[in-house]
Amino acid sequence: MNLTLKVWRQKDARSQGRMVTYEAADVLPDMSFLEMLDVINEGLIAKGEEPIAFDSDCREGICGTCSMMINGLAHGGQRGTTVCQLHMRHFRDGDTILIEPWRARAFPVLKDLVTDRGAFDRIIQAGGFVSVNTGGAPDANALPIAKTDADTAMDAAACIGCGACVAACKNASAMLFVSAKVSHLAALPQGQVEREQRVLKMVQAMDEAGFGNCTVTGSCEAVCPKEISLDFIARLNREYGKAILKNTVPRSGKGGD
Amino acid sequence: MKLDPKIPAGPLALKWDRRRFEMKLVNPANKRKFDVIVVGTGLAGAAAAASLAELGYNIQAFCYQDSPRRAHSIAAQGGINAAKNYQNDGDSIQRLFYDTIKGGDFRAREANVYRLAQLSVSIIDQCAAQGVPFAREYGGLLANRSFGGAQVSRTFYARGQTGQQLLLGAYQALCRQIGLGKVKMFPRTEMLDLVVVNGHAKGIITRSLVTGEITAHAADAVILASGGYGNVFYLSTNAKGCNVTASWRAYKKGAAFANPCYTQIHPTCIPVSGEHQSKLTLMSESLRNDGRVWVPKKKGDNRPSRQIPEDARDYFLERKYPSFGNLAPRDISSRAAKEVCDEGRGVGPGGRGVYLDFADAIGRIGEAAVRERYGNLFDMYEKITGENAYQAPMRIYPAVHYTMGGLWVDYDLMSTVPGLFVLGEANFSDHGANRLGASALMQGLADGYFVAPYTLGHYFATAKEPKPRLDQPEFKKAAADMQELTRKLLAINGKRTVNSFHKELGAMMWEKCGMARNEKGLKELLVQIPALRQEFWKNVKVAGQNEELNQNLEHAGRVADFLEFAELLALDALDRRESCGGHFRTEFQTDDGEAKRDDENFAYVAAWEYAGPGRSPILNKEPLTYEEVHLSTRSYK
Repeated sequence: MNLTLKVWRQKDARSQGRMVTYEAADVLPDMSFLEMLDVINEGLIAKGEEPIAFDSDCREGICGTCSMMINGLAHGGQRGTTVCQLHMRHFRDGDTILIEPWRARAFPVLKDLVTDRGAFDRIIQAGGFVSVNTGGAPDANALPIAKTDADTAMDAAACIGCGACVAACKNASAMLFVSAKVSHLAALPQGQVEREQRVLKMVQAMDEAGFGNCTVTGSCEAVCPKEISLDFIARLNREYGKAILKNTVPRSGKGGD
Repeated sequence: MKLDPKIPAGPLALKWDRRRFEMKLVNPANKRKFDVIVVGTGLAGAAAAASLAELGYNIQAFCYQDSPRRAHSIAAQGGINAAKNYQNDGDSIQRLFYDTIKGGDFRAREANVYRLAQLSVSIIDQCAAQGVPFAREYGGLLANRSFGGAQVSRTFYARGQTGQQLLLGAYQALCRQIGLGKVKMFPRTEMLDLVVVNGHAKGIITRSLVTGEITAHAADAVILASGGYGNVFYLSTNAKGCNVTASWRAYKKGAAFANPCYTQIHPTCIPVSGEHQSKLTLMSESLRNDGRVWVPKKKGDNRPSRQIPEDARDYFLERKYPSFGNLAPRDISSRAAKEVCDEGRGVGPGGRGVYLDFADAIGRIGEAAVRERYGNLFDMYEKITGENAYQAPMRIYPAVHYTMGGLWVDYDLMSTVPGLFVLGEANFSDHGANRLGASALMQGLADGYFVAPYTLGHYFATAKEPKPRLDQPEFKKAAADMQELTRKLLAINGKRTVNSFHKELGAMMWEKCGMARNEKGLKELLVQIPALRQEFWKNVKVAGQNEELNQNLEHAGRVADFLEFAELLALDALDRRESCGGHFRTEFQTDDGEAKRDDENFAYVAAWEYAGPGRSPILNKEPLTYEEVHLSTRSYK
């Protein structure tokens, strides 16, 4: 099939960007979306033009590196699918496809479709962990955990940190991402000791990074490649509320110890 | 070059204890005076960086990804082994040790493997304490599954995302230390060279993948945890960015490279669909717990799978290896699949595929139970192929997955360059000629959490080297060399793209140095590779400039190193005139087509030493002496 691509090109973080049109000829249905872009890039390089910069790594939907808006939808809008796993059999001959980077103030564009998602790392650094040093852990079976709790934790922990939730949200909210980590650790006995500290610190880091508030429209859940449920945002709000009501004071300094 | 593996004396089970007792310590107040560079933030790198920072050392950690959470350990699906014996099925440290040595076809260092089996137990405890959501039984205890090469259930898992969850555990521990200021993290930064001062590893040269800036970093020791070299084959299950550059540049600065010819071909991957293919996707080995592998008995039987009656099917793994059946080790299963496809009995486009069929399992436990166990893998399969594996069998074919070879390290995981430690897939030490499933995660975490934190301290306490300074000539020269290399790549401005060279290299490596190798093919390869490398340096076209985010330039540097490294791989494969594990030389096989080892002449580690540009590398041998294990012919029949 033959397609027309309109792709966001931006030289670097300081430059103005614009949409540029490319023709993609002889695209095969078994190609992944990124393989289709690979072919375009090979053509551009051969012609002496700059290839389109885009992030990708594992190309099997788990590392969370790939990130682009396709026709206005994060990862292209196929349910539960990262763009690296989106295949061209879902497009039709003659389609025009718009390709843009994540759009959020907290994710500045570095070049073309590549953005800086370091804000997510800073949120985890603020408290998204259990403070146990290596060594001295008790036997893993010393602490039985109900299967339902372990499953809830795993549902939340499946988040790949790609940022699609932020890109899809009209407020560029990171609540789904934050709620996934807060819920994962709050569901497990290992996470209890720091439960209140964690949620306060992570929410504070989220606000400082410039993410907006939750709109409760659920666009994040709709595009999440791991189908993380909006219910976790309700859990996050509950965790946050409980911590405030308990008059928890966030310990100073980052990281916790 | 002198290879001293520094294996502690005494009985196998007490060696690690003894070594830990012998080690000199750094007092807690002095630890903050030492700086450590960690390259790579996968399981080994993140675990080491976090654990060393907890002890008080100052860490600088580097990864090429935009976040340490994205290192390729994240893609491991099936699980992690540990000798917990929670299932009461007769497992023990001794058994895990023996399975691993045997699985590696008796080409691994005994003492290291025993320590790995010992440490496996603590890894699970550590990860559970971090909040890794391992699968559990209804009673709340941890669940296990079986994996290839073992007859006990010792594999712990978190759905089909075990690597992801273990990595996030290590990443979170790392993030905690970043927040505390003990680790300075450099994402989107690639190591280009190792800096050696007075014979000791004292720093690295990096390139920022955002600005192109080339920078020198100094430290008292350097840890490489930069993964394997599977992408020398172009198509592999590795992430696109995985590369050999860090290891290769360390090799050229004096670190011996061991057993590069030990590469693992994983039997269950989704077959290639066309020229455009950019990578291959693994379907977890755990699927072989419930899936049955078969091809039609008759050549050219191209009826749809469900119309082929039971008696016209050849369940070739069950037939050839009745006691392990579909759970035969990876190298053996891969070769068996290649064999039936070579006979013309392969399925799917091009005939390069075999069926992995779940019909029996669905009949036995129901579709819902199969979905519960493997749902995400079935989904992934459908996304890539457009086919529903609940209704028709999956089609699978072997693909390059893991590399057992790597930089040579002693028992302390230190390379032949003092102060340079190598962890995880980047070293050679624990898997011999073939790695068992669910053992890579175990090794990465053992190295990072429980070995390096001790052995680095001993190095600091005994080496007593002066602190390096960035104004030393070694740093300036290394940085200038890297600037020159980058300039050269950009100046060629030829006619062929970087990717076309990578693809061509990969195709020739797969053909002549893949699942089966022989002298003739390898000799041809040793002519082809240098020729292709020459053409690369004359005719490659790299887009853009250095001073920007330039993915084409990143790729060019990596391919340039693969083009050098491939030659060493082929040379090692030619030199090892025996078959063992993943290294199968067609000249050396038994009458029924199994790998034929030659313990008399090849029970050694081949550690290659760089001899300078244009000169043949020097082969050093570390003999493998077995105190406990009796070398036997591996049989899974």
